[in-house]
Amino acid sequence: MRLRHLLVEAVVPIVTVLGVLLAWEAATRAFRIPNFIMPAPSAILVEGWAWRYRFLGHTWVTLYETLGGFALSMAVGVPLAVLIVYSPALRRALYPLIVLMQSVPKIAIAPVLLLVLGHGEFPKVIVAFLVAFFPVVVDTATGLAATPPELLDLSRSYRASAFKTFLKVRLPMAMPFIFAGAKVAITLSVIGAVVGEFVGSDEGLGYVILSATSYWKTELAFSAMILLSLMAIVLFGAVSLVERLACPWLAPAGEE
Amino acid sequence: MIRLDHVGKTYRTRRGDLVRAVEDITLEVGDNEFVTLVGASGCGKSTLLKLVAGLTPATAGSIHIGGQAVREPFPDVGFVFQQPVLLPWRSVLDNVLFSVEMLGLEPRQYRKPAGDLLELTGLGGFETKYPRELSGGMQQRVAICRALLPDPSLLLMDEPFGALDAMTREEMSLELLRIWEERRKTILFVTHSIPEAILLADRVVVMTPRPGRIARVLTVDLPRPRTMAMEFDPRFKAASDEVRDLIFSRRIPAR
Repeated sequence: MRLRHLLVEAVVPIVTVLGVLLAWEAATRAFRIPNFIMPAPSAILVEGWAWRYRFLGHTWVTLYETLGGFALSMAVGVPLAVLIVYSPALRRALYPLIVLMQSVPKIAIAPVLLLVLGHGEFPKVIVAFLVAFFPVVVDTATGLAATPPELLDLSRSYRASAFKTFLKVRLPMAMPFIFAGAKVAITLSVIGAVVGEFVGSDEGLGYVILSATSYWKTELAFSAMILLSLMAIVLFGAVSLVERLACPWLAPAGEE
Repeated sequence: MIRLDHVGKTYRTRRGDLVRAVEDITLEVGDNEFVTLVGASGCGKSTLLKLVAGLTPATAGSIHIGGQAVREPFPDVGFVFQQPVLLPWRSVLDNVLFSVEMLGLEPRQYRKPAGDLLELTGLGGFETKYPRELSGGMQQRVAICRALLPDPSLLLMDEPFGALDAMTREEMSLELLRIWEERRKTILFVTHSIPEAILLADRVVVMTPRPGRIARVLTVDLPRPRTMAMEFDPRFKAASDEVRDLIFSRRIPAR
């Protein structure tokens, strides 16, 4: 029964995707659509395979920038949220700044940032960080503020220090919120890294897409796009996995 | 002994309005006495508990516990709230140990007493379960164990059975009395259930709302141990009629 359920769960999406790919392939052949307008899946696959070694390097660069931006957004976002929650003065001072930073379109800052920070991977890390850190701050702050007031009263009545209460109550209570922020941040980091590469770079998957399209090599752009989405999915899955390991109590009752 | 002397609490809302939560509360509670506070919602019952625990300062009058003025939180107290507020990432046993941990004591030395408490409240064998695996009533038992573990002389209970279904509620009331017989301590118990207030208490403090004042203090003249059957005792009926009158007679009729 269980196996059948699993089979249906897996088979239905696979069949759907295969069906879409087949229809796509058939349409490009039947209507003789040129590759540079809409390449067939087979053409994308062939081109991607031909580029497999060069893709390794580009994927590594984009992955590195993404992870750098994500790590920075967590390293800055979580402590910032703690400051905001614990100090009303800092909240009043920092919140408008954070919202202002968030409201500036990142694609608009990217050229300026690259101008200031120069070439290489570091400015892309910064762009990825800027795109990703807002949900981390907001979700962490929400999580820290969501501690039931009774638990805070309890800690206070036991004369536990604010730090102890933070470590033993508020931070673990906020964990699901922090992970929610991290999941959004990791996918945004990918976008940030690619935006940074679009503005000016000579390596990375974003660079591959940009240069491929300027040479009408749409099938190459497509294969880079597929790699990018695969990367985003794998990274998202990795964060979800860490969440499951770090917060096993979140598994709904009855689930093994 | 707890002594409240003309205690009042006025606080300012965010809009800047002054709200008198409780006013002119004078009450003495003896050691190991079980006192229930009953009244309509908004009569400052919960505020009163916080005042006694030193979690919020009184704006008028004074509170003394064992001859000492209460000015700040003191740790010789256990709290049980309407919600169990357990830590979902901790096992039942670790949740019970939370209180001694926050008190700065060595949790390992309390594992045995914590197990005994769980046994006493019918939770033996559930030590390694997580809160989400327990029913509401069982979770509240864990919260009671947590409050009892450091063996405080005073237990403050803020509508502890208010979120439970009627049947579990009756069961828990009797259970609490049984625990209290075994581990005597002073209990201040807030409720808005009149039968619950009478069934549990040595004395019932009836409060009226806005600002919360004491309307009367009734001594419950029923033998212990109490049973559910006492609800049909004429003394029980007399007491509950009196409480009901005090709470409702002062209300302005809706018509």
